[in-house]
Amino acid sequence: MSVLEVRDLTIALPRYADRAQAASRVSFSVARGEILCLVGESGSGKSVIAQSVMGLLPRNLPVTGGAIVLQGEDITHASQQRLRELRATRMSMVFQEPMTALNPVMRCGAQLDEVLREHTALAGAERRRRILDIVREVRLPDPERMVESYPHQLSGGQRQRIMIGMALLLEPALLIADEPTTALDVTTQAQILRLIQDLQARHGMGVLFITHDFGVVAEIAHRVAVLRLGELVEIGARDEVLKRPRHDYTKMLIGSVPTLKPHARPADGTAPVVLATRGLSKTYRDRSWLSRHRDVPAALDVNLEVRKGQTLGIVGESGSGKSTVARCIVRLIDPSSGAVVIHGEDIAALPHRRLQPMRRRVQIVFQDPYRSLNPRRKVLDAIIEGPLNYGTPRAAAVLRARKLMELVRMDPESLDRYPHQFSGGQRQRICIARALAMEPELLVADEAVSALDVSVQAQVLELLEEIRERLHLAMLFITHDLRVAAQVCDHVAVMSQGRVVEYGPAAQVFGAPRHDYTRALFEAAPGRHFDFAPA
Amino acid sequence: MDPQALSVESANIARHESAWQRLHRHWSVRIGGVVLALLVLTALAAPWLGTVDPTLFDAASRDLRPGQSGEITTLDGEMIKHRFLMGSDSFGRDIYSRVIYGTRVSLLVGIATALLALAFGILLGLSAGYLRWLDGPLMRVMDGLMAIPAILLAITLVAMWRASLITVVVAIAITEVPRVTRLVRSLVLSIREEPYVEAAVSLGTPTLKIMFGHILPNCIAPLIVQGTYICASAILVEAILSFLGVGLPPDIPTWGNIMAEGRVQFMAYPHNLFFPGVFLALTVLAVNILGDGLRDTLDPRMARRV
Repeated sequence: MSVLEVRDLTIALPRYADRAQAASRVSFSVARGEILCLVGESGSGKSVIAQSVMGLLPRNLPVTGGAIVLQGEDITHASQQRLRELRATRMSMVFQEPMTALNPVMRCGAQLDEVLREHTALAGAERRRRILDIVREVRLPDPERMVESYPHQLSGGQRQRIMIGMALLLEPALLIADEPTTALDVTTQAQILRLIQDLQARHGMGVLFITHDFGVVAEIAHRVAVLRLGELVEIGARDEVLKRPRHDYTKMLIGSVPTLKPHARPADGTAPVVLATRGLSKTYRDRSWLSRHRDVPAALDVNLEVRKGQTLGIVGESGSGKSTVARCIVRLIDPSSGAVVIHGEDIAALPHRRLQPMRRRVQIVFQDPYRSLNPRRKVLDAIIEGPLNYGTPRAAAVLRARKLMELVRMDPESLDRYPHQFSGGQRQRICIARALAMEPELLVADEAVSALDVSVQAQVLELLEEIRERLHLAMLFITHDLRVAAQVCDHVAVMSQGRVVEYGPAAQVFGAPRHDYTRALFEAAPGRHFDFAPA
Repeated sequence: MDPQALSVESANIARHESAWQRLHRHWSVRIGGVVLALLVLTALAAPWLGTVDPTLFDAASRDLRPGQSGEITTLDGEMIKHRFLMGSDSFGRDIYSRVIYGTRVSLLVGIATALLALAFGILLGLSAGYLRWLDGPLMRVMDGLMAIPAILLAITLVAMWRASLITVVVAIAITEVPRVTRLVRSLVLSIREEPYVEAAVSLGTPTLKIMFGHILPNCIAPLIVQGTYICASAILVEAILSFLGVGLPPDIPTWGNIMAEGRVQFMAYPHNLFFPGVFLALTVLAVNILGDGLRDTLDPRMARRV
C-alpha cells in the first residue's frame, strides 16, 4: 500500500509568473519503505509539490486540480486543524537550512518537547526519555548536552540531525526531505544521507526526497521522478532512470553531471608561471576589550603555482580557507604574510596606488550570479567599466564588449539591458565577459558554477574551458565540488583548516590520494560508485 | 550549446513588472499621492482660490464665524466685500486665505528640509561607511546630536539666528541629519560587501566612483522612503515652532502661527484652530501614507504579507 499518492496535482501560479502552473497534472506515489527522489532544476516545482503535501503552500499558490492522498485519506483541501493533527504524527518535513528551521532562542530539547506536548499526553519523565532516545537514534554524541544546547552551539550537521529527530519523533508514515543536505559539506552530507537511509529502513516509512543533485539521487533513491517546469517527465526505478533515461530532458540532465574521473589532458611543465604564492597566510585577529587578542588563521603557509594555459583547482569544504586564498590573490583582502608573485612581481604588500596597475592582470568571477552585477547598471556599463578605468577610449571599449559578448555566446544586442532580465547562467557569462574585458593573465573563479543548475553549469564549464584554451589563460578554480574539479583542473590543491594538505597533478590526486583527508573527501562524494548514462 | 537547455534557462526568469506599474497598483501610494498633489496645486494656485492678501485685516470684521460675510480693507485703502469661509481671527484677518497661503510655507519647509537633510546625511553616511577611519569620530558626533531632543535643538538654533524660512529649515534639517547618516552608513556597510562592489574594486575603479556610481544608486529606494518621513515630521516641527512662537515671524501665515493666535480664544472661536489643524493633519497623513506605500513597493521585503 502506498503511503502517499499524488494524482494529477495541479498548482496555479500568480498572474505575473513566467508560466501558468507551478505543477501541472503531476502524479506519483510513495510506497511504504520506499525512498522516492523528486529531481529537477530550480523552478521545476519540486519544492512547491512538497509544500502542497504538507499543506504549507502560500495562499497565492492554490491547488486547482488533482488529489493528495495520505494513507487513504484525501488531504488536498483538508482544514488547517486536520493538517495540524497530521503533521509530525503521520507526515513530517526536514528543510534545507537547519539554522533557520530551528528556533534560535529555544534549547533543542525544548523544541523537541514541544512536538510531544502538542500531540501526546505523555508525562514529563516519559517525554524526556523519548527525547533522549531520538537524539541517540540520530547518532548525536552526548545526548544530555545536546538537549540543553541552543541551535547556534551545534554544527550544521548536528542541527540537521536534530531536525531529523524532530521529524521522526512520532514515527510518521511519510518523511518529506527538501534538499536536506544541500547546505552541508560533502563529508557531513554523506553522514546525513546514511542516517536517513538507516532510519528509513528501520522504521519502514516512505520518504519523499527532494534534490537537484544526481550524485545524491544515485546514493539514496529507490525510485526517481524527474520534473521539468512543473511537469513530470519521467518516473521509474533508480537504475532505470539514471542508466537508461528515456526522456530527452533526463538524458540531457544526466549527461551534464561531471564525472569524477580527471581529464587526461597533458600539462606542459615548461609553460611560464603566471602566479606563484609563497608562504601566503591570512590571520584574522579577534579583537576583544577584556581578554587577550585571539588570532584566527584562515590560511597558513600556502604555496601554489599556476602556469600559463593551465588550471589549478583548490578543493575544500567550507571554512577550509580556499576563498581566503583566492581573495588574497586578487587583493580584495590583504594577506598577513607571504608573497603573491604575478609574473615575477610580488603584489602581496603593494600599497593601493602601486597596486592599481597590477589589478588588471588578475580578474575574478564570483559565486552568486545574482549579486555579482550591479542591478542598477546596464550590462554594457558593467563590461566597459574596467577598460574605461585604464584609459581605453569608450568607442573601442564598446566594440570590444560586443566581441566579448559573442565570445561568451550572448547576443551583443542585449548589452543595453539590465541584469535582472537575464537568468543565472546568462549573468555568469556576463561576469566572465566583464573579467575578460581587462585582458587578464589569471582568471580566478571562486565557486563560479556552484550556484548554477547542472545543465547550465555544464555549459558554463565548457565556456570556461574554451576561453582558457583560446586565450591561453591561467585559471585558478575554487570549488567544493569534486566532480567539477575533476573535469576542469590540471593540478589540484586540497585545503583543510587553512592548510594545503595535498597538492599535485589532478590525475595523481584523484587516482591515488595520499592524505587521509583527501581520501575521506573522495569517499564522501555522493554517487561515486555509480556509472551514469553517458552524455 | 544545447537549445533545449537554453529554453529551460530563459523560462526561469520571472516576468518583471516595472517599478512604475507596481507603484500605480498600490492603493496607499495612489491616495497619498493624490492628496499631496491636490495640496501642491492649492499652494501654487493660492491667489486664484478666492483668497485675499493673508496679511490684510479689518477691525470691523473681527471674530467672524465661518461663512459670514464682512468687509476688508486692502493696502490701497479700498474696502471690499469678502465672504469669510473659515471665519476671521481677532485681528479681522481671513482665516481661509491664511490657511491656503500657509500650505505654501508648510510644503516648502517639508520638502526643503527633507532634501537638505538627505543631502548632508548621504554625504556623511557615505564617508562614514566607506572611509573606516572617519567612522568612529563622525558617528560619535551624530550620537551626540541625537541625544539632544530635536525640538529643543531646533528652538535653540532658531533662537541663535534670526527667525526666517531658511533658518527654520536649516534648524529642523540639522536634527534629522543624524538619522539619515545612520541609515546611509548601514546601507553602505552592507552594500560594500556585495560581490558587484568587489568586482568594481578588482576592475580598478577609483573609490569615489565606487561610492557614487555603485553604492549610492543602490541606497536610493530606502532614502526616498526616509525622505517622506522627514518631510512629514518637518511640517509638524515647523508648526510646533510657530505655535510656540519661536518659529517664523507671526506676520507670515503658517498653520502653526494661525493656531498660536487662535489658542487664546479657543473656547469661544474654535474655528481658529480647527481649520489649520485639519490641513496640518491631512498633509502629514498624506505624506506618511505615501511613504508607507513607497516602502512597500520599493522594498518588498518590508511589505506586509498578503
